Amino acid sequence: MSKSQTIIFKHKPVIIGSYSIVGPKEGKGNFGPYFNYVMKDDSFGEDSYEKAEKKMLESAIVGAIEDAKLKPKDIQLILAGDLLNQIISSSYAARNFSVSFLGLFGACSTMAESLAIGSTFIDSQHFEKVVCCTGSHFSTAERQFRFPLELGNQRPPTSQWTVTGAGATVLATRGEGPRIEMATFGKVIDYGVNDVNDMGAAMAPAAMDTMLAHFRDTGRTPDDYDLIVTGDLGKLGSEILIDLMEYNGFKLGLNYNDCGQMYFTRNQNTLSGASGCGCSATVLNSFIIDKLRKGELRKVLFMPTGALMSTTAAQQGETIPGVCHAIVIESDVVSNKVKPYGKSRALVNSDKQDDSESSVNSEEEDNTKNKGKAVAKKAKPSEKSKGKKTNQVAKKKED
Amino acid sequence: MYYLWVFLIGGFICMLGQMLIIYTNITSARILVTFVLVGVVLEAFGIFEPISAFARAGINVPIIGFGASLAKGAIGAVKARGIIGAFTGGFEATAGGIAAAVVFAFIFALIFKSKTKS
Amino acid sequence: MDDKKRNEAYNKYVKAKIPKTRAWPSLFNSFLVGGIICCLGQGINDLILLWFPSLAEQTAWGYTLIVLIFIASFLTGIGVYDKIGKFAGGGSIVPITGFSNSITSPAIEFKHEGIIYGICVKMFTIAGPVIVVGIVSSIVVGIIYLFI
Repeated sequence: MSKSQTIIFKHKPVIIGSYSIVGPKEGKGNFGPYFNYVMKDDSFGEDSYEKAEKKMLESAIVGAIEDAKLKPKDIQLILAGDLLNQIISSSYAARNFSVSFLGLFGACSTMAESLAIGSTFIDSQHFEKVVCCTGSHFSTAERQFRFPLELGNQRPPTSQWTVTGAGATVLATRGEGPRIEMATFGKVIDYGVNDVNDMGAAMAPAAMDTMLAHFRDTGRTPDDYDLIVTGDLGKLGSEILIDLMEYNGFKLGLNYNDCGQMYFTRNQNTLSGASGCGCSATVLNSFIIDKLRKGELRKVLFMPTGALMSTTAAQQGETIPGVCHAIVIESDVVSNKVKPYGKSRALVNSDKQDDSESSVNSEEEDNTKNKGKAVAKKAKPSEKSKGKKTNQVAKKKED
Repeated sequence: MYYLWVFLIGGFICMLGQMLIIYTNITSARILVTFVLVGVVLEAFGIFEPISAFARAGINVPIIGFGASLAKGAIGAVKARGIIGAFTGGFEATAGGIAAAVVFAFIFALIFKSKTKS
Repeated sequence: MDDKKRNEAYNKYVKAKIPKTRAWPSLFNSFLVGGIICCLGQGINDLILLWFPSLAEQTAWGYTLIVLIFIASFLTGIGVYDKIGKFAGGGSIVPITGFSNSITSPAIEFKHEGIIYGICVKMFTIAGPVIVVGIVSSIVVGIIYLFI
């Protein structure tokens, strides 16, 4: 057997605090109601967008620590990263906390990377409380990777919109909340895509590789999760991933989705969807953790992807390598909503009344359907009694 | 009435630029470079003048006109002053445009701030 | 070797997967806006010649271009030109106004890095190649004409 890329944590780290902060455009997107704070202005009261990004990361860290009902002095380690050269936003944000700091760069996959590393530290019991944080800003990314904001050019249909936003998570050895069950560290995968406007296609193979490694290491199938969510593959990239996984014998069903694809509404003009560190970070720290805490999601495979490119490498004709790290978050909260009805239909209706946003709604419908499945599965005594589809997939895999 | 021709020819040249964007995926810097080169070549072969007499702003406003004045300046100066003209002529002919672009860019950069796209 | 084949197959697959957008609307937009900008230039030129009939044609064109460059630079500053560009694509890149936009936009963008290292250094990040290629090719043409 090949070496395992997956760590299964013995002392599952607990997510005791989370915080998300986004820009005004993101606030109008599909996850708008879930975010902790929506900025009124992209510059966040600062005179440059780089400073605004730094301030966003700072407030995300402070917010998450407050959410965990802790003080900054209780934190032992900050793990953070962003997209800018020399990850300045993270380092400069960490300057204001008197806490040990490790800077990470995993491009848009930084959220999972920081959570995976933080969980490993906590699992080894060297640290008790760790903050994982990442963020991105549209205007800083745009000028570093693309063109000045005022240049009158058109964006190709495969291009994605960098999210202005930051998210932070507090991990601890004990406490109440969703737990990180395992982490899969991904390899750098390059399938020779060199179109810098088509990140989804460049990163999809990395997502596939990590997903395959995860299923191989754990013996699980996509049906074991209530939600499998990739970071910012976008519309095109997630379609490619579904195709790639099907080619490898795994069928990603309705429980699969992509943060970038879900992020903005159709008329927000973001073409292939959202991207950036902030994309997966803000969705995880608002929507997903929220649902996990309520027990509406019970097992989530969170796997943001990152394109490890720079403008220099791209100009020298290099192709774009991608990386993807995956973490499994589980929640043992049993949702009050599930118990009394027990049937998915009742749930869908109640959810529909709660929310007016149409696409989040459909997303929730998917989840609730799957949740119904998952609950039904739990009710059965043996874990092996999986659906027909799963058996087929498992067979294929063994072949 | 010649405004119609100005509109049609100018629009057509810009549409060629858009076709380059769509079908070859090149960035705006490369488009500008391509069209300047086209202008220089047209002028060098003496094709620019007859088109210009007919199309007026239709070909002078697109950056092709900028390339053509560069070449025209260089050719004229070479004939008048010899080899030094090749070096001075192009800049002389287009100095006004470049200087204007630089000075206005400088002034407006001091005044304005970049705004986020929505 | 195997990887190369795999990458080729993958890139081919991606190319087929990219959503096809209809070209006609954007071509029409660029045609429309490009045509309007050229007409505007012609209008300015005619006005200048109307007010100052003694001007040589070449000088009048010089003034026209300066006025167009000023307008584009100003529109870039107030954040309108990028919206026109989003609509028109090539229609607002190809005219001289696009050249002006490509100089003003980085100048404004990098203002925070200071006047020297920000505005002055970054001003030509996009338009620099235009000037370089234009000058080099015009010198080549000039030298060729020297020998004809």
